[in-house]
Amino acid sequence: MDKLINEFSVGLFFWQLLLFVGLVLLLRKFAWKPILDSVEKRESGIEDALQAAENAKLEMQNLQADNEKLLNEARAERETMLKEARELKAKMIADAEGDAQAKANKMIEQAQAAIESEKKSAMAELKGQVASLSLEIAEKVVKDELSSKDKQMELVESMLGDAKLN
Amino acid sequence: MQRKPVVSLLFFFLIAFLPLSVLAQEDMHLKEIAPGVEGEQGVKEEIKEYIDHHLLDSHDFSLFSYTKDNGEHVYVGFPLPVILWDDGLKVFSSSKLHHGEAVAEAGGNYYKSYHNKIYRTNAEGDINLDDHHHPTNVKPLDFSITKNVFTILIVGLLMLWMFSSMAKSYKKGALPKGMGRFLEPIVLYIRDDIAIPNIGKKHYKRYMSFLLTIFFFIWIINLLGLTPLGVNVTNNIAVTFALALLTFLITNFTANKSYWGHIFWMPGVPKLMRIVLAPIELLGIFIKPFSLLIRLYANITAGHIVLMSIIGLMFIFKNWIGSSLSFGLAFALALLELLVAALQAYIFTMLSALYFGQAVEEHDDH
Amino acid sequence: MTIPNIVGAGLIVIGAGLGIGRIGGQAMEAIARQPEASGKIQTAMLIAAALIEGIGFAALFAA
Repeated sequence: MDKLINEFSVGLFFWQLLLFVGLVLLLRKFAWKPILDSVEKRESGIEDALQAAENAKLEMQNLQADNEKLLNEARAERETMLKEARELKAKMIADAEGDAQAKANKMIEQAQAAIESEKKSAMAELKGQVASLSLEIAEKVVKDELSSKDKQMELVESMLGDAKLN
Repeated sequence: MQRKPVVSLLFFFLIAFLPLSVLAQEDMHLKEIAPGVEGEQGVKEEIKEYIDHHLLDSHDFSLFSYTKDNGEHVYVGFPLPVILWDDGLKVFSSSKLHHGEAVAEAGGNYYKSYHNKIYRTNAEGDINLDDHHHPTNVKPLDFSITKNVFTILIVGLLMLWMFSSMAKSYKKGALPKGMGRFLEPIVLYIRDDIAIPNIGKKHYKRYMSFLLTIFFFIWIINLLGLTPLGVNVTNNIAVTFALALLTFLITNFTANKSYWGHIFWMPGVPKLMRIVLAPIELLGIFIKPFSLLIRLYANITAGHIVLMSIIGLMFIFKNWIGSSLSFGLAFALALLELLVAALQAYIFTMLSALYFGQAVEEHDDH
Repeated sequence: MTIPNIVGAGLIVIGAGLGIGRIGGQAMEAIARQPEASGKIQTAMLIAAALIEGIGFAALFAA
């Protein structure tokens, strides 16, 4: 301990203190401040860049989601349009079928009606002809056999019975 | 880009052969002493004296010295200014002292260097010794630019150049060029692993300048101590005292209320204990920086003494087995000293940061 | 240096050595148990070792 105190050099202590404090102050001004500032700036720059990249990524994701949504919407719209068209088609076909059926039915009905009326008119004509024929026959018979009144009546009766059976 | 591998190779060789160069230098010194002394005891004495001398500061920057055949000592180096305060400022060149062999005259007074300390003497340069071999002459206040002061100055200029050029290289781009590539990770290490964890994100910026400066200063100056220049700054108690004093002052001048509260009136303990704890804590304020200064001083001094003693063993053994063994040991130790140089700088910085952290810590618990 | 001084210095070195050795050993064990906390353990270890060292040096210079 004595040796240490003896060895202590005031001059060296003085110079060391002076030079070191000067060194700290000078280095702070010319070296440490600029160095640490630049390093900090660089670090914050890197951080900002990373943040920006992250933001861009998020934005990208948002855009993609938007796209997806739009696409889905379009798809849904197409789907509904197709469905509508299909329904329309089915309806049109069904309508057309119904129309045709109705028309056909009507035509058949008309045809049937026509046939009926023809048949009726034919029957009427036939009846007329049969009557005239019977009249003619009757005339002839009358002309031929009007000798006996009883015989004539018998003949007309039998002939009418035959005609009615037709 | 072409230049880079060459530089790194050079750097590698510098690191690899630094210990060797230390050995070479000490060899040179010891060889020069050894032949002049007869017997093993003489060699031991010489080695001890040489180590003592090496650990001391000196008034001139001598790289090495040798003895001519006619017994004349020749010193290779350059003189430094001697600045004394002895009833007025006295400035003269250390060449006047002739390494303690001559009397220097300045402003009507006569000075002589004895064991690297300057004393005022009479015109003949008589040094009067007391019973304990301590000179009784008047010792003027010595503010000389000694070898150590000169080294501190050089290291300061070196650091200024290194770091201001590193700072400039940031202006050209986000990444530093050249030396900055090597220094930046260390700067960031001190910021991220020493300052921020110990001091806290809120206050660390105030202390960064001091921490960075002290780390690089101690590291560079410790490394210089291992070069053949033979400078030896951090094994002066005055130097480590100045550094620790700064830590002490910064700690106590930036301390907040809660720091002083913990020292004088420890919260959370019984009243009687608070009275007992106060002087212990108060003593702690002084012991903390004291341990800093002693640790740095003792580690570097012990390293130098052990290294040089082992080198000295080579001349005591004087046979190839012992000498080569001690050479190997000295080589390993020199490598270890390279580690210690960085480790002591780290510990000093780390503990300083820890003390600063305690001073600004905010306690809201208890 | 007198004999009591040397003996005292030796005792200090033994004590400090034991203390620092124990800290180092325990820190190793702790790191082996929790390798992810090695940074914090190392810092705490260095601080504890430095404190013992400081006391050791103080005593050594007093001896």
